[in-house]
Amino acid sequence: MLKRSLRRGALVGGVLVFIALIGAPAAFAREPVVRGVVTLSQLLLAIGALLAGSGAAPATRTRSTGAVVAAGAIAGAVCMLLLALLALLVSAVDLRQVLVNATPQLVDELTLGRGVVTGSTVLVVLGTVLGALGGWSTRLPAAISRSAVLAGAAVVVVGVLRDKGLAIAEAVALGVAVWAVAYGRSRWGSALATRYQRVQRRNSTMVSIVVWIAGLFILLGLPSILGTYGTSVLDLVGLYVLMGLGLNIVVGYAGLLDLGYVAFFTIGAYVTGLLTSPAASTQLGLSFWIAWPLAMVAAAGAGALLGIPVLRMRGDYLAIVTLGFGEIIRILVLSDTFKSVLGGAQGIIEIPGPSIGSFTMMRPQHFYYLILIGVMIVVFVSRRISDSRVGRAWMAIREDEDVAEATGVNLVKYKLLAFAMGASFSGIGGAIFASWVHSVFPNSFTLLVSINILSLVIVGGIGSIPGVVLGAFFLVGLPEVLRSFADFRMITFGALLVAMMIARPEGLWPAKSRRRELHLEVAE
Amino acid sequence: MRRRLSGPVDVTQLVVSGIGLVILLFVVYRLVATLMGGTYGVSTYASQAIFGLAQGGIYALIALGYTLVYGILFMINFAHGEIFMGGTYIAYFVIAAFDRSGFLESNPLLAIVATVATAMTASVILALGLERIAYRPLRRAPRLVPLITAIGASLFLQYAFRGLFGTGVKVYPDTHLHVAGIDILGGRYDIGGMVVRPIYFVVFLMAVTLMLALWILVQKTKMGKAMRAVAEDKDTAALMGIDVDRVVVLTFALGAALAGAAGVMFALYNKQVTHTMGFIPGIKAFTAAVLGGIGNVPGAMLGGFFLGLAESTFPTLLGLDSQLKDVIAFGLLVLVLIFRPTGILGEVLSRKRA
Repeated sequence: MLKRSLRRGALVGGVLVFIALIGAPAAFAREPVVRGVVTLSQLLLAIGALLAGSGAAPATRTRSTGAVVAAGAIAGAVCMLLLALLALLVSAVDLRQVLVNATPQLVDELTLGRGVVTGSTVLVVLGTVLGALGGWSTRLPAAISRSAVLAGAAVVVVGVLRDKGLAIAEAVALGVAVWAVAYGRSRWGSALATRYQRVQRRNSTMVSIVVWIAGLFILLGLPSILGTYGTSVLDLVGLYVLMGLGLNIVVGYAGLLDLGYVAFFTIGAYVTGLLTSPAASTQLGLSFWIAWPLAMVAAAGAGALLGIPVLRMRGDYLAIVTLGFGEIIRILVLSDTFKSVLGGAQGIIEIPGPSIGSFTMMRPQHFYYLILIGVMIVVFVSRRISDSRVGRAWMAIREDEDVAEATGVNLVKYKLLAFAMGASFSGIGGAIFASWVHSVFPNSFTLLVSINILSLVIVGGIGSIPGVVLGAFFLVGLPEVLRSFADFRMITFGALLVAMMIARPEGLWPAKSRRRELHLEVAE
Repeated sequence: MRRRLSGPVDVTQLVVSGIGLVILLFVVYRLVATLMGGTYGVSTYASQAIFGLAQGGIYALIALGYTLVYGILFMINFAHGEIFMGGTYIAYFVIAAFDRSGFLESNPLLAIVATVATAMTASVILALGLERIAYRPLRRAPRLVPLITAIGASLFLQYAFRGLFGTGVKVYPDTHLHVAGIDILGGRYDIGGMVVRPIYFVVFLMAVTLMLALWILVQKTKMGKAMRAVAEDKDTAALMGIDVDRVVVLTFALGAALAGAAGVMFALYNKQVTHTMGFIPGIKAFTAAVLGGIGNVPGAMLGGFFLGLAESTFPTLLGLDSQLKDVIAFGLLVLVLIFRPTGILGEVLSRKRA
């Protein structure tokens, strides 16, 4: 048992040392969660100690509570000891030539601003206490501890989102409220759900109409609640939902891993730019409303064109070829060869916003409604198509191409259709993007965009529409709002992709069939 | 193993062949036009070819890592480019320290050997960590799952290096090593109006030596035999008493060691080291592996040299902008996968694998 505690403590401590060295504590120190009491970076350390403690507790219930608490305490102490050693090392030796974040500020942050010796001692003592607490928490009934985790998470999220953090009273009130609701739900939630289902069954159209109207009102009212900045974040999330749903058709429904998805976004944006901007080489200056269907068609055409040569490829080869295709498009757009048409690195500027009569969309609030309509149409199309004959054909291809073909699915037709449909959604996204930012530059269309979209589809849940929406809020909206988090965005994405694939490959909000499939292990 | 996809007249096959024919005609036309035009002399092509051979050696060494892992696990280790980057990056700190202490000047050969050893060690540690944490739990998962994990790992490693060591570009110090009066590392010599850098020959020779060593290891040693057995059939190999986990670990380690060595060689003439430096060479090396037939060790070597040469000479030969260098590599990849998915030397993979 001692070995388990030591190992768990060292593991969590090691992760915390890594997080410290990539500069998270210094960045998070600027984020107070509870005003004057605790910052995000201190919370990070505390959460680490708690996790170490709860992880050290043996899974069986045979041990006494005292033993569990002791195990937790040891793990917590070991974990914080590592950080204290890091603080000592950094304050003694100047490592900044190599490790850019090994700064005096880091030492300050780790030792809670109390000097190296006192601070380290305090750190280890706190670690022991929190570890013991973490160990003890494993002995609580699951309903209580789970609600407590939820309450803590709510306080952290709200505290970080509020500019100066929460006041102590607010934090306590919020925590207690969330805890009570969560606890109530886990105790009496199932009864409520049955009740709701009964009501729904009795007059199902009524209920669904009420839910839909309420949802619609909330969606329509959001821009006035959130203000300009919040709305522009929402616009970005909406664009990613659009593209995510498109990629979801290709990857989620048809099972074709496309890593060059950004190419269609690029094509949509450039077609719109060329058609609408008076400053573009074509000097057409057409209306957005003429441009977007053409952008969509161009993207769909490119999708089908890419589809033809890769029809016979499977899995990972397909991924690499599409990646190459995406890069080729970007390099071509950037190159001097096509500079006279596409503008090279200078891109296309002066793209006008869409206008209706004499009214021109300029502000994020205006675009919000445009994007909302786009997202709603795309959600509708995705939903209808997934349950149609086409959707079933795609899923058959995803499960097993050979069997699908043998049962009469026309592989060529349905694969090309998947590529073209996915690409057309992305083309619409590109068209709206171009008129939203009023310009297109090749550097907006890197591989990272493809990977962002893929991440949100995977984290949300492959093949699941609500999953894609959730993923977009989680991976696009949240980092945008948490400014101090911006530097750690990509590294978190990477870690999330790995962790999701190992722990929960079906995503946060999985599609039902997908969950079943991924939990049946496939032998090579 | 090609099959017709639809009916007796295969339309898609026709379209694909048509595209291929157009590209081929274009290439021939530009080639003839450039050669007839005679704008460039032989020396231009010769110096490009020498550079291409060195670059190709680097690609080949990285490609071997892809091919070895693919041969055994049938997965594309997408993060292999980051393994290459990681070794080079860590070794930078060693060679920079040697430079500051004057050791690089006084004993360049030893310093460089130590740097290469550091890079190899660092790459091996990274690769083993990656295998243990990210790949091993997924060995029996559906095929797309490890690929997505690898993309995630690649992203994670890039940004971990950025976070730990900062965003600035690190520059490898200038190195000089005189052999028979020629500075084989830092020298530039003008031979008949053509600039020759001996370092390219050194890189080429080192790459070939390492490849020979690998070839002997795979073909002649007991360990190589175990590797080949596992590549053939994992379950049967396990029944024959081969520790499959150990062979997988060794394979990752071998590939990583080659990538680490390639990294230092690359940095000796390319100088700049950043956290994103692994991406493009990684993709190109993968292209090289596919060109030669993935899973095939001599194929990866051949593919690497071919790609290096193609990339350095084609832009001039075809009269294209040198910015389009990367398009040539990716275009080649796409074309090879379309027309000869098994590569130049590739064995015939069953459709399930490919």
